[in-house]
Amino acid sequence: MASLAEVPQLVVNGVMAGTILAVPAIGLTAIYAVLRFPNFALASHATIGAFAGYVANVKLGLPILPSVVVAFLAAGAVGVATDEVVLKRFRPAGYITTAIASIALTIALENVVRFSFGNELRGYDLPVVRDLRLGTIRVGPQQLQNLAIAGVAMAALFGFLAFTRTGKAMRAVADNPMLASIKGINADVIGRIVNFVGMGLAGFGGMLIGLDTTIDPLTGFRAILSVFAAAVVGGLGSIPGAVLGALTVGIGEELCLLFLSPDYRSAIGFVAILLVLTLRPRGILGQPAY
Amino acid sequence: MENYLIAMAVSAGIYALMALGVNVMWGFAGMVNLGLVGFFAVGAYVSALATTKLGWSMAAGMLSAAMLAAAVGVVVSLVTVRLRGDYLAIVTLGFAETIRIVASNAIWLTNGTDGISGIPGPYRGALSPEAFNLLYLGIVAVIVGIAYGVAERLRASPFGRVLRAIRDDEQVAAVAGKHVALFKIKAFAMGSAALGLAGALYAHYTSYIAPDIFVPLFTLYIKLALLAGGLGNNRGAILGAVAVVFLLESSRFVIPLMPGVTPVQGAALRELLVSVLLLVMLRYKPSGLIPEKLVHLPVPPGAGRHQPTA
Repeated sequence: MASLAEVPQLVVNGVMAGTILAVPAIGLTAIYAVLRFPNFALASHATIGAFAGYVANVKLGLPILPSVVVAFLAAGAVGVATDEVVLKRFRPAGYITTAIASIALTIALENVVRFSFGNELRGYDLPVVRDLRLGTIRVGPQQLQNLAIAGVAMAALFGFLAFTRTGKAMRAVADNPMLASIKGINADVIGRIVNFVGMGLAGFGGMLIGLDTTIDPLTGFRAILSVFAAAVVGGLGSIPGAVLGALTVGIGEELCLLFLSPDYRSAIGFVAILLVLTLRPRGILGQPAY
Repeated sequence: MENYLIAMAVSAGIYALMALGVNVMWGFAGMVNLGLVGFFAVGAYVSALATTKLGWSMAAGMLSAAMLAAAVGVVVSLVTVRLRGDYLAIVTLGFAETIRIVASNAIWLTNGTDGISGIPGPYRGALSPEAFNLLYLGIVAVIVGIAYGVAERLRASPFGRVLRAIRDDEQVAAVAGKHVALFKIKAFAMGSAALGLAGALYAHYTSYIAPDIFVPLFTLYIKLALLAGGLGNNRGAILGAVAVVFLLESSRFVIPLMPGVTPVQGAALRELLVSVLLLVMLRYKPSGLIPEKLVHLPVPPGAGRHQPTA
């Protein structure tokens, strides 16, 4: 357990963890905003991204930055393909059926990764560097790099949503699908784009999470509780909400170390979900959850 | 060989009990529980701890397992009952993960990932393994029989009718004056009790439980059993459970025969098979092998005359 003197360090750790968590949480919430179902397949796409990045980094010897791009593209492409082949067919049956299908899909994909790579833990090819010290606070350079990568990705996404035609069309479909279709926006195309971007971000986030530790076929599934907690706390369907929710959950998970052993960290996400749904179901910035 | 078949029959019975419980939540009331393995785990741990640490009798352990699982079900459904159905899916999934995290780390209570061993079974010491299996099969069969009777009674009762009405259209049920939230919470608690009882039965049968037994895949097994048998249909739930156990066990024999497949790959293939089957059933035959029979009352003459033409 941590002492009170470590609070600044915990907050710094929490901000860094939260920023990385925000990446897949944005993916989840963006897909929810446009397609209106909780896509549990996010877990396996995070794993697929982590492994695609691993292949690029360790097998092909690429540096981290291009490897992260590979993770994004691979998970995004798989996301579009699985949605086209599998999940799309379930959408007419309703959001609950689609959610169940997405969890079956995630276990199927996870086992494709397990079949190909096995269960052993794998690490990325990273230079060993010493932690930076700012007064009493320690920060790993790799964590700082992850923070910067996540920050740039989010800035790019916000720019995309705010300034491009496609981004505006995405927001229009999320806001009012009927009105968007009257204006001639093709919901199918928007659905594919949001799947590519959303699952791409999941893969990207999966690799960022893996950079801090190791990866295995369960990497994505282990993170899913925190990712959903971030999205629900921020308000399902709200992208700025996902960022705020991720920071809240990230810092919350760290501060709970003051009175909890680190082993229970991921359970904090569940407590956060329960609290938010009880007190303010729409989350920080979301729409009513009824 | 007979002993193996009896052991499989016991598994099928435990799966059937879970499928009956999930049928009350999902089949009758349309509430999706994506973390049903968490309720199963709660039941297994409660009964295991009550009998090994507190020295309670097995009957008391099982009863408290069912009751505690029901209480957890009340809390989980209470939080989400007024929200869109997908929030229940998220919360239940999170619940199952959280139970696994707590069971893996609360070493003082659950012995962590080492698990709890030496859980008592009825007359385990006094009987030969074969006789014990047979006795246990009898116990499971009686419990499944009772659960089936209760579920059938529930289905035919006004209570079951309200649940189906809620499943098909919550608003209509509310307009008809039904307290939708209360009905949903009750249905979820009943289903959870069956899941908890099944967990306790599992723990006392195998005498050993550990967190890595309670994986999300288990949830898919039961969902698949229910879908295969026919959602909303109690006979289907039992038939589906038998079919799933048969499928899992036969794949255990077939997969090692494939050339060049390592054990890890074999396990991955099995899980892949189960999840793909679930997707196929859900997409192409959501009504299952035995579709739910709905009674349609005859429409009184003259009714529907004033329906606006669409």
